[in-house]
Parts: sequence; structure tokens; C-alpha cells
Amino acid sequence: MPLVEDVNVRSASSAAVDRATGEAYWKKTSGLMWTVLGIWFFASFAVHFFAPMINPIHILGFPLGFYMAAQGSLIIFVVGLFWFGKRQNQIDEEFGVQED
Amino acid sequence: MSASTGGKDPFIASLGKIYAGYTGGFAAFVVVLAILEQMGVPDRIIGYLFVFLTIGVYAYIGIISRTAVVSEYYVAGRRVPALYNGMATGSDWMSAASFIGMAGSLYALGYGGLAFILGWTGGYMLVAILLAPYLRKFGQYTVPDFLGARYGGNLARAVGVTVLITASFVYVVAQIVGVGIITQRFLDVSFGLAVFVGLAGILVCSMLGGMRAVTWTQVAQYIILIIAYLIPAVLMSVKVTGVPLPQIMYGFALERIEGLENGFRAAGMTPPPGVTGWHTAPFIGANGAFSWSAAFNFFALVFCLMVGTAALPHILMRYFTTPSVREARQSVAWSLFFIFLLYFTAPAYAAFGKLEIYQTVIGQPIAALPEWIKNWQIVSPYGVPWVNIVDVNRDGIVQWGEFRIHPDVVVLATPEIAGLPYVIAGLVAAGGLAAALSTADGLLLALANALSHDVYYKMIDRNAPTAKRLIISRVLLVIVAILAAWTAGNMGADILFLVAWAFSIAAAGLFAALVMGVWYKKTTNAAAVWGMVVGYVFTFGYLIWTEFYGLSFMELFGTKEAILAAARQTAALPQASAELKAYAQGLVNNAAQIQDGAMAWFGQLILTTDSVVLRGRTVARLWTLNNISGGIIGVPLSFLTIWLVSKFTTAPSQAMQDFIDDIRIPKGGVRLADAREAVE
Repeated sequence: MPLVEDVNVRSASSAAVDRATGEAYWKKTSGLMWTVLGIWFFASFAVHFFAPMINPIHILGFPLGFYMAAQGSLIIFVVGLFWFGKRQNQIDEEFGVQED
Repeated sequence: MSASTGGKDPFIASLGKIYAGYTGGFAAFVVVLAILEQMGVPDRIIGYLFVFLTIGVYAYIGIISRTAVVSEYYVAGRRVPALYNGMATGSDWMSAASFIGMAGSLYALGYGGLAFILGWTGGYMLVAILLAPYLRKFGQYTVPDFLGARYGGNLARAVGVTVLITASFVYVVAQIVGVGIITQRFLDVSFGLAVFVGLAGILVCSMLGGMRAVTWTQVAQYIILIIAYLIPAVLMSVKVTGVPLPQIMYGFALERIEGLENGFRAAGMTPPPGVTGWHTAPFIGANGAFSWSAAFNFFALVFCLMVGTAALPHILMRYFTTPSVREARQSVAWSLFFIFLLYFTAPAYAAFGKLEIYQTVIGQPIAALPEWIKNWQIVSPYGVPWVNIVDVNRDGIVQWGEFRIHPDVVVLATPEIAGLPYVIAGLVAAGGLAAALSTADGLLLALANALSHDVYYKMIDRNAPTAKRLIISRVLLVIVAILAAWTAGNMGADILFLVAWAFSIAAAGLFAALVMGVWYKKTTNAAAVWGMVVGYVFTFGYLIWTEFYGLSFMELFGTKEAILAAARQTAALPQASAELKAYAQGLVNNAAQIQDGAMAWFGQLILTTDSVVLRGRTVARLWTLNNISGGIIGVPLSFLTIWLVSKFTTAPSQAMQDFIDDIRIPKGGVRLADAREAVE
């Protein structure tokens, strides 16, 4: 089976960008990764450590601690991921490493 | 959908129209059935029409998507737009357990059940930032392909395949049990037959068209399952609160549940076994007070489910199918959005169901219960009645603790609780079936691809012609499916607890090796193999040991009090073997001679190790952790092993470092360290 068929996967013989650009790009990408990982840790764990303390606060009937685990954190995850996609695209373009 | 693929491909360009037409057609189908029901067509016929017509549509999509092209078979030709791949991942992800079981777990566990909601969504953040874009850039066919290319060939690939098969097989068996339970209830046939009807439905979708067929079927299944989940919740919200926004209005139901629970307690009542008496209170023990064990278990479960999400191959392989790295990232966000739609509705089901039961059942005379309760007082495939009213004090009134309900009923019976016509119950069944079938399809494909592509083609016969490879894939798919159905038919609902194991096993076996492969350039081949083996063996071994040999685990890690307690539990088990009981009785009789276990100090590092009676066994709990969260030890251990071994082995070659550089950036191609790992 010829390789041509799988047009979206290509082999290469040399790097697509020079070493310095590649390293700078990876540094910035790693920074974004740690930022999102921080958001992930906050929404998955940190905020729920305080659930017993914030539960007495009721909003529309929801105890706040319960609300954060049932909806609040989920909204942070979804919005956070769309933001991440957008931000990473900007970084790609900044270093000229986006797909052609 | 996207600029890069629209325009070029007429099929992709018209996806919007195709699925809009399909959704309209499904709505019309439901309306027609509703009219038929009003005209007096029996419920049973409605149930048949729902099950067979939806399976028929999936089969039709499966058959028109048949293909003989390798890249179509394994990765749907890599042209699935982000949005549609998100929908397909959503139904790939949401199983019968999510659709039917989740709301029931929330009903029973209250706040504690939210660990599942968090755990099964947050993992996508890890997928998006750590893995999906890089696996897409690497761009071959399977997750073991990546392990093989990054870690020097067949050994790493074989270990990856072993973890994949263990995790996916227990998972797919549970899905087939789910299909069986739904089909049995709505077709009124035996469980064994129901399993094979479901199996036929699964196979027609995936056998001829592989990933391509599964993708377009899963999109269709997502549409049905989300409609089927949201409509009853909206109608229930209208019934209880008058406003059709269940996700917002259930706050008021929670407030009333809290009030009613306080009232029940004031009247001296206790909740039924397995159901929390404080629906919204976090981290509490049976007495309602704060419990470190409950908090520890909550966070450990969240962690294991999230990391497991990011390591399950049937999910990761979906991101091989997008046209670009950029769309792979976008697609993870869409996946989570479509999953979110169901998960943020699930607690509403639980709250409305609970409120309705507390208001209209508890405290009523047994003779005057609502009609729907009577319909569900029949035996379920789990061997216990769906709804069981045990009049403990024989006063003819239902007390709080006398009303026992199987968790699945919360979703399945909502249409009847809300007084909706049978057609809505049929819709829920069709949704549950779509959820179970789509997950089973994805898992079976992951299993069969690992066996056919990774084991047969990459490890046994590298020169196999395309036609032969595809035939082998299909034959293996059927064999694995039959094996899974056979296991499901023989073991039935008893094995459902194994699903949770799949997450811990995948998390401990694969996550560290995949993440370190991208993010830590110095990871060596030996380190990755050791990391996977250590994570897998420790976690799987720990699960088996604590689950099936709980007393022996306690004898090593328990204090003498804990060992005695475990021995007492085991001696009183009706299901235990005679030898085991005699042995446990011997320990109890010589209680004074029991010493602390040799590793009791380790067993007390965080909280004191204990045991509980579950599923007819004495199950040990290290640091009071339920074994569902076994990965909490395996995952860090796997990372640690990889890091340590990498320190003491020769760093990866320059060619391998080039390979890592290439998969890290979206632009350009990939220089493989070993040309034999090339895609064809």
C-alpha cells in the first residue's frame, strides 16, 4: 500500500524549524501546559477541599460546595479547554510552526 | 466544518445536512410512535420498534461505510472534523454506566457520587494538554504504535498491548452486559439471547468499516443518547418545578431534600442501606460527621478516573482521526462539551427522583403507593427486585429505611415517575442502548486493532498484504466480540464492578509511559518498559489481592484488631469456601495469638487499613481506600520508575531526540528513529 494514501501523515528527513525556534516554542508551550495543569488541579481538587466550608452558602438552592463539584468545575474544564485550544494556536502562529 | 477540509470533500461538507436530516427523522419517528401508542398499539411493540429501528439505522450506517482501505479502516481516513469527532468521542466515552447508572449512584451516594462526575470529565484536560495533539502529530494507527516507535520496538509495544487488552476487555464485557440488560427489559427475552442480539448490533457497525463506520455510527448514537437523556429530565423538571431547565432548577429540589432528610431524622428514621442520609454533605461517614476516609476516597477516586480517562486507548485513538493537530486539540474541547451536556444533567435526575420518592412514597401506606412503584417491584437481572419495600416494623407504612431501590431505576423509571407516556420510556431505552453499543464498538475496535495491527502485522508478519491484514482484523473483531459476549452471558451483572478497575489499570500501565514519551526527552526504552510493567503489575496485583484474597492482605498489612475483624467478617460469609471459613474461624478462636501483620506499619502510614464485606467477599482496603482507586499507588510508582531507570540507562539516541522534536511541533513531518516503524 503506497504511503500517498495517508495524506495527513508525512515522513520527513529534516527538522521543520531551526533548533532555537523549536526550543523557544516548546518553552512557551510547556508554560501553557503548566498553566492549564494548574487550572485542572484547582478545579479538580483544590476547590473541593473547601466543600464543607462553602456548603452553607446557598445559591438558587444549591449548596455552593455541591454546586462546584456538580457543575462549577465542569464549566471550568470546558471553558478552559476551548481557551487552551485558542491560546495554543496563537503560540503556534507566533513561532510559525502551525500546519500549512 | 473546518476550512481545511470543507469544500474539498463533498461528504464532509454535507455532514451538517446529513445529521440534521437524521435528527429530524428521529424526532419524526418518536412522534409517529407516540401517535401509535395513543391509537392503542401495545407497549411491547413500541419497545420492539425502538430497539430494532435504531439498531437498523446503525447497521445501515455501518454497511454503507464499509471500506477496504487501511487508513480508512484504522483512522477513518483522518478527515473527521473536530466537532464530529467530539460527538463520536462523547458516545464512545459515555457507556451504559454513565447513561443509566450515574444518576443512580448520585441518588445513593449524594455528594460522594460527584467523584464520578468530576473524574469522568476532568481527565479530558489531561488528554488535551499532555497527549492528544502529540499523538495526532505522530499520526499512526494505534496507541501501541506510539509506544513502539518511541521506545524501540516490539517489547514496549507488547507491554502496551497487554495493558490495553486487560483494561479494554473488562470494560467491553461490562458494556455487553449493559446491552443485555436493556434489550432483555424491552424485548422481554432471556438475558443470554439479549446479549447476542446486542452483539449482532455491535458487529454490523464495526466489522465492515472499522474506524470509519464506528465514527459515523457513534455520531448518530450520540444524537440519540443525548436527546433521550435530556427530554425526560426536562419534562421531570416541568412536573416538579414548572420550569423546563432541570440543570438550574434542581437546586430547589436539593434544598427540599435537605429539609425532608432533617424531618426524617427528627422522626427517628434512618436511611436505607447504601443510601446517604445527607444528600448534599461532602466527606461524611455513616453517622453524618466528617470522615477523613470519605475525603481521601473521594479525591483518590477523582484522580484515578481522570488519569484513567487520559490513558484509555479507545479514547486516545479517536484523536488519530482528525485532519490536523490543531483540530485534534479543538476536538478534545468539543468532546468534553458533548460529555458535559449529559454529566451536568445527571445530578438533576438524582435530585428530582429523590424528592419525588421522599414526597410521595416515604410515610405513605404500602397499600396506596403510586402505580409506577408497583410496576417496578419485579426482579431485575441483578437478582434483586428493582424496587423492594421491606416493611421492617410491619406497620404498613413505608419508612425511610424500608424503601430500597436499584440505582438503575432512577433513570429508567423517570418517565413513569413523571407520568409520561410509554414512548418516552422507549426513548430512554434507545438512548441507553446507543450509549452501550457505541462504547462497545469503540472498545472492540481498539482490542481488535491492537491484535491485528500491533500483534499480527507489526510483530508477526511485516510483509502481510493489505487485503490479508484487513481480513485478519475482521476475524479477530468477531472472535473478541464472541469471547466478550460469552463472558458477559456467563458472568452477568456480577462483573460490573470490574469497569472501575479498567481505569486504574490503564492509568497505572499506560499514562506515565505516554506522557513521559512526549514531555521528558531523556526517557529511555528500558525505563518506559519498566514503568509500564511496574504500574500494571502492582495495580492489577493489588486489585486481585484485595478483592479476592482480602483476609491474606489484612494478615500482612493489618493491625491485630483489623486482622481479627477481617477474620470475623470472613467466617460469617455465606458465599466463602469451607476451607476459607474454617481458616478464618481458627483465627477468631485463637484471637489472643494474632499479631500485627509484618507490614502493619505501612498499612497505618495514612489511615489504618481495614476490610469491608462487599460482593460476597471480604475486601481489604489499604488506608481505607476502596480498591476502585487502586491506581493512586500505581500511577506515581510508574512515573517514579521511569524517572529513576532513565537516570541509570544510556540516554536516547540523537535520532530519537529528533523524533521527539518533530512530534512536539505541529508543522512538518516526523523523522522516525527506526524506519521499520513507518506507517506502512
